Amino acid sequence: MTPPSTRPRRKNPVLRTRQINLPPGARSRVALGLTAAAAMGRFELQQCADCGAVLYPPREACAQCASVRLRWREQSGAGWLIAGTTLHHSNDLFFRERLPWRLGLVKLDAGPTLMVHLHRDVEVPRDGAQAPVRVTARLDRAGQAVLIATTSEDGRAMADDPILREMSNDPRQRKVLVTDGMTALGQALVRAFAQAGAELIWVGHAEPWKQHGSGLASLAALPAVTLVPLDLTDGRSVQALAGEIGGKVDIVVNSAEVHRTFGIAARRGTDVAKLEMEVNYFGALRLAQAFGPALAGRSADGSANACAWVNLLSIYALANFPPHGTYSASKAAAHSLAQCQRAELRAAGIRVINLFPGPIDDDWNQNLPPPKLAPAALAGAVIKALRDGVEDVYPGDVAQEWFERWRDDPKVLERELALGGA
Amino acid sequence: MAASRKAAAVAEPLPATQLLSSLAAALVSGRVRVVDLTQTLAPEFPQIALPPEMGQCWPFRIEEVSRYDERGPGWYWNNFSCGEHTGTHFDAPVHWISGKDLPHGSVDTIPAQHFIAPACVVDCSAQAAADPDYLLSVADLEAFEAAHGRIPAGCWLLMRTDWSKRWTRDGDALAYQNFDDTGQHTPGPSSEAVRFLVEQRQVLGFGSEAIGTDAGQGLHLRPPYPCHTFMHGSGRYGLQCLTNLDQLPPTGSVLICPPLKIQRGSGSPLRVLALVP
Repeated sequence: MTPPSTRPRRKNPVLRTRQINLPPGARSRVALGLTAAAAMGRFELQQCADCGAVLYPPREACAQCASVRLRWREQSGAGWLIAGTTLHHSNDLFFRERLPWRLGLVKLDAGPTLMVHLHRDVEVPRDGAQAPVRVTARLDRAGQAVLIATTSEDGRAMADDPILREMSNDPRQRKVLVTDGMTALGQALVRAFAQAGAELIWVGHAEPWKQHGSGLASLAALPAVTLVPLDLTDGRSVQALAGEIGGKVDIVVNSAEVHRTFGIAARRGTDVAKLEMEVNYFGALRLAQAFGPALAGRSADGSANACAWVNLLSIYALANFPPHGTYSASKAAAHSLAQCQRAELRAAGIRVINLFPGPIDDDWNQNLPPPKLAPAALAGAVIKALRDGVEDVYPGDVAQEWFERWRDDPKVLERELALGGA
Repeated sequence: MAASRKAAAVAEPLPATQLLSSLAAALVSGRVRVVDLTQTLAPEFPQIALPPEMGQCWPFRIEEVSRYDERGPGWYWNNFSCGEHTGTHFDAPVHWISGKDLPHGSVDTIPAQHFIAPACVVDCSAQAAADPDYLLSVADLEAFEAAHGRIPAGCWLLMRTDWSKRWTRDGDALAYQNFDDTGQHTPGPSSEAVRFLVEQRQVLGFGSEAIGTDAGQGLHLRPPYPCHTFMHGSGRYGLQCLTNLDQLPPTGSVLICPPLKIQRGSGSPLRVLALVP
């Protein structure tokens, strides 16, 4: 939910904290294609490869020609609102708590007619006229795709709409934990959250004696920032911080990672691989165990509720980059864990956002040629992903290109990365 | 007659049984005190930091196995992990390349007799307070001997700096590690002092309060890391991350410091106790 631009009132501590009721989440197996696209911020419908018909609702065979060769294709969403209504009663708990709720029927230029949620600014035409709208697919609090009709491109001013708020995890007025402030990426994230209007930003740092020259100290000057000790390799440290702030954090951004540049043969022993796993996998697990339940308990806590969890993975989670082979393996493990976490937190309506960047422009990618993703660009992608309510982010050209190749054929990406990623 | 009996008693050592029972009685009565020179093994205790591309010693980590809960209803226990050189720890000769081929050089083969030995404590706390890079000099050792007698062979030489208080008293990991962009700044022995102790006094080993037996800037001494190089190259030992050295007399205390019996181990965290008159 997007909090209002003014600071919300403090909660009344003697009242029960409201618990989430999710919107209806059942979908047919074939309809999950709509959700998969919405998870990356795309609106896709099935299109028949034989007759070209665009179909809705999702189905097994073409409604025009009965062909089973249906492909998911991105849609512009342009269409016309032909009818609208406002719901004042519902037996569904989610809608009941949010009434009134606006619904409409949109005829897409591409063909099908859709049942959609209506943005506040969309006026329902009278006397049979039609209004131009644009339909987008968003993930709702249950993590399923729903369709929303808006008047124009999805601008910031539009985000105050109560329906869109339900689909968004805007950091404005929210309290954020960034787990590692010692890296360039961590510092870029903290600055981006401050810029985005986060109310409080806790910034973790491990092994405090190493902070000299890390840039961590420069963050302390930001008024929203509090530096906190946090070492993901140390369960007691994670639990101690969760005990202190777990009940207040609305968004967790796990930016902590260990990245070394070895495959199997280039490094004797397992100490480096263990350290990578200790932070990238077990650290993520410790963090999820310590902070997850507290976030889940506050997912309907007023207008600045707990809402999202961001995991820094890597495009190498999809296919191993042998020069950074053990790092890739740890990110693959973290990816699998994040899927488990997403499934578990979905019940509470907490959005788990996974980031799959290509090489970040930092010390450990020093010897890789450009293009490399600037930390500030990745931080910007995180803010955008929260606002847009997406689940999976492939920020930057390299990640986009490799992701497309992986979607096309995982074997091709495996072979390409084995040849050095060139 | 009485006088001659007394003289004979001094000349003749006490029988071992009587010696030990006297010690036991003194421990019970408190005439001999036991001082713990050990830092508590805790995850947040500062850990030696090498450049990140090098192999790293694990810090101390601990995770519950069960705590009277569904994982084990009636009992509490933990698993822990750490390196051989984590917390207050013992350095064996094989720790350093100069001692790699010495016999009895690993913790499992060092004669057990060496784990109990007297200690001389040289107070450098004033110098270390003024200069974190302070190097114990031969002159400091000569001054110590002028005041307290010759440093006996087979004893520990402990360098008291009160550096440990940066952690035990202040809880300040940054000050304990004391890094800047030229590395660590902690006190230790000079190259000459180490050679004097090894070659002319045959000490058993060297103990310090900082994270290593060598100074934080020991890499830039000649040779680099002289305490590790000469001590371990001569089959001597190291103790680091000691605390409470301010509770020891300059001479007269006895250290009990057996490392874990790790097969081919280069060192071990351990409990270091001092018997103090």
